[in-house]
Amino acid sequence: MRRRLWSWVWLAVGAMYFVIPLGATLQFSLQAKRGEMGFTAYRAAFASPRFVESFGFSLRVAAATILASVLLIVPTAYWVQLRLPRLRPLIEFCTLLPFVVPAVVLVFGLIRSYNRTPLTNSSEGLAVLLVGSYVVLSLPYMYRSVDNGLRAINVATLTEAAQSLGAGWGMILRAVIFPNVFVAILSGAFVTFAIVMGEFTIAFLLAQPGFGPYMNQVSSSKVYEPSALAVVSFALTWASIALLQIVGRRVSGPRLSGGGR
Amino acid sequence: MAVRTDTQLLNPAQPRQIGGRVSWAWVGIVPFALFIAAFLLYPAVSIITQSVQDEQRHITFGNLANLGDPFIRSSYLYTFELSAVTAILGGLLGCLMAYAVTVGAVPQPVRSGLLSFSGVASNFAGIPLAFAFIATLGNLGVVNALLGNFGLNLRMLGFNLYTFWGLALTYIYFQIPLMVLVMVPTFDGLRREWLEAAESLGATPAQYWRHIGVPVLLPSVLGGVVLLFGNAFGAHATAFALTGGGGGTRVVTILIGAQLSGDAQINPGLGNAMAVGMIGVMVLTIVPYILLQRRAERWTRR
Amino acid sequence: MAFLELAGISKQFGTTVAVAEYDLAIEQGAFVSFLGPSGCGKTTTLRMIAGFEQPTTGTIRLDGRDITRQPTNRRNMGVVFQSYALFPNMTVAQNIAFGLQLRKVSRQDRARRVAELLALIGLPEMGGRYPHQLSGGQQQRVALARALAIAPQVLLLDEPLSALDAKIRVSLRNEIRTIQRKLGITTIYVTHDQEEALSLSDRVVVMNAGRVEQVGTPLEIYNTPQTAFVAAFVGTLNVLHATVHDPAAGSVMVAERELTGITAVRTKQRGDAVTITVRPEAIAITSADAANHLRVTVEEVTFLGAIIRVRVRACGQALSFDMLNRPGIVLPTIAESLALAIPGDACIVVEPAAGEIRMPSLATQVQAAAPVG
Repeated sequence: MRRRLWSWVWLAVGAMYFVIPLGATLQFSLQAKRGEMGFTAYRAAFASPRFVESFGFSLRVAAATILASVLLIVPTAYWVQLRLPRLRPLIEFCTLLPFVVPAVVLVFGLIRSYNRTPLTNSSEGLAVLLVGSYVVLSLPYMYRSVDNGLRAINVATLTEAAQSLGAGWGMILRAVIFPNVFVAILSGAFVTFAIVMGEFTIAFLLAQPGFGPYMNQVSSSKVYEPSALAVVSFALTWASIALLQIVGRRVSGPRLSGGGR
Repeated sequence: MAVRTDTQLLNPAQPRQIGGRVSWAWVGIVPFALFIAAFLLYPAVSIITQSVQDEQRHITFGNLANLGDPFIRSSYLYTFELSAVTAILGGLLGCLMAYAVTVGAVPQPVRSGLLSFSGVASNFAGIPLAFAFIATLGNLGVVNALLGNFGLNLRMLGFNLYTFWGLALTYIYFQIPLMVLVMVPTFDGLRREWLEAAESLGATPAQYWRHIGVPVLLPSVLGGVVLLFGNAFGAHATAFALTGGGGGTRVVTILIGAQLSGDAQINPGLGNAMAVGMIGVMVLTIVPYILLQRRAERWTRR
Repeated sequence: MAFLELAGISKQFGTTVAVAEYDLAIEQGAFVSFLGPSGCGKTTTLRMIAGFEQPTTGTIRLDGRDITRQPTNRRNMGVVFQSYALFPNMTVAQNIAFGLQLRKVSRQDRARRVAELLALIGLPEMGGRYPHQLSGGQQQRVALARALAIAPQVLLLDEPLSALDAKIRVSLRNEIRTIQRKLGITTIYVTHDQEEALSLSDRVVVMNAGRVEQVGTPLEIYNTPQTAFVAAFVGTLNVLHATVHDPAAGSVMVAERELTGITAVRTKQRGDAVTITVRPEAIAITSADAANHLRVTVEEVTFLGAIIRVRVRACGQALSFDMLNRPGIVLPTIAESLALAIPGDACIVVEPAAGEIRMPSLATQVQAAAPVG
């Protein structure tokens, strides 16, 4: 059928577009040693102490972001669904705000607003701003994921059942709500992880030693290591998203990519 | 009943039943509201207010007038063109690929594969993506090495990664997957019964697409393109890696960033004005997007 | 020659037989229902008639012409879907006019026809509305109007009322029948709801697992079911296990009592085991000295308003029967002993199909579907 033929054509074109740069990067990264293919570039990259530092830093920031996100969003989403359903459109609008205020503008605003406060004068303060920005960046995805997860279980009924059995709010959140939205939280966490590990703009402009700025630094001095790092970064992103999809919940609606572009 | 409530209102000693419940419920939203206020609203609002103030906090429109500066204007134009081109090209190919895996009836594993990959690729933007394209199309890249065997190189063929089209090509890499993710559910939403109903009424497949298929898809397609536009306009890291981040680049986000990192002549008012301009553009992008999404949803709801 | 003829028609998907070969002749202007549970092949048959599926074997003839290979858009048949399938980007008027627009009917004629049809379905003011602004019942009426607009030779309805509320279902199905009678269009109606099929149709085709079990008028299907499936699927049924006593007199022994007048056992031998089925409404309370009755003990009395359903037990076999609610009626009490008259001619003897053990499952099916429980 003609329809089938054209489908394969478009898919082939797209596949080429996607695969060639990846393949080329991989090949390039293996070319570090003149004349032979090897992992020299990778070894050099991993051996660098700054690699370990920046990677570790980003890992810790990612963990902090995920934690802060979950603590902020899960109770809020729960509360809105339970008690303030009319606020849903407003909250959903808030989750679109990070799109209206892109990363650069966000950092610009943060630095200018909190100028001359401890937030911008100390490295701890800047780290707080960093985590806060990342929570904002991952807000759309995290909120949607948790919201959908909550909608799939009947929140109001579960709460009433728990209350009738004598549970207080803390117990309800801990023992009834969290376990049931765990999968949704995990989805959001994986995407947040991918976003934070690859992010450059905010970390750079806040002068934080993240993995993104490190990758950029490397490009000014080395030739082959940047592409090795690119391969590593891609593998990391792929692993996060693959884990996300294994974990399963699909979020409805278009995914607004929160990643640093 | 009504009389009782009135009495309750008049009698302050009686706790207002209904009023009490509502105000307690609002407390639950406070942490979130505080966070949004501190990390989103306050910076955004202060950008806007500072853009109409000068050093002494007097109202002035001088900063906004800076936006009329020819270099700034041409930068906005350049970024606008870049975003539009990548949105349309990326949107087109994304649409076609989404069509292929839904209506186009390719096997299920291909569809899952494409969706998975799109999920990854739309997040694989920024520095690593730029590196990947440098490794492919840069001066020392693989393609040049290949062409070298024929005594050619990309420069000779008129292509330079570090110009408009190089940037565009790189942006399209994450635009296509985003469009795929938007359009696949939409194509899925095209109900088979519409085609069958149309056929039973005498329509050929072409007539079905013309009268029903395309009109129903159009809001989503336009919404997707608008989304892609905004996505490109707000991108920073990718352009930064490909252009070195200097203040001479004509990408608006780079220029704003340069104000912060000191790579350009510091002009606080200018940075503010550009940030405001950027917010303005994004608002003008997201409004049609929301409207188009709503229209699309209304039609494919049942 | 009938208006619509299906000859030797069957459909196979790979190794699955969706519709086993059968013939059917439908007269012009008739309202024929295909009745059966999900997966029985009724929708597949309709889709073959419409042209959405190609039959594996057999032919379809419409008014003498062979249309088996004709594409859907040439068959001029109106189709109404379970999910309405109204085009969301068009108004009600545009939806209805769509078929006419494709046939290049002039704008004035289109508008006139749309107004006619809107009046016919009782929604004269709704032309400018969009489908998402209408209720389910209204949408289905518009779908019907859209199908009728092209003056089709055959109208096909695929479970059109299944997605609607119970109350709307009843009123809308009567409307459909009225419109159909008025326009005299040959109609094929697919449903799993036996009440719909029985109340609307001139003829009913009962299907199960791809096979046609019986074709007949609603009365025939209900009163003289020809297979165990039809007997159980249409209406409710009591099942009694009996032994043949006197074949010549048509009598059997059930629960230690003799019932006579069951002509179907004349061909059997004394001592054969048979299964007798009886509709609840055929059973009545009688006096202990009448002939042809069973002695039973009352287990449950359920008041349903117009009727009272009573469940009884006779030597381990369960039965239920209905009593009409009359002024001054005295309800039976639990554990009361009663005599029930079971007329011989109301008994249907059911044979399990060769090789199939249908009876036990039939019994459980009936018990589960039996009145009260």
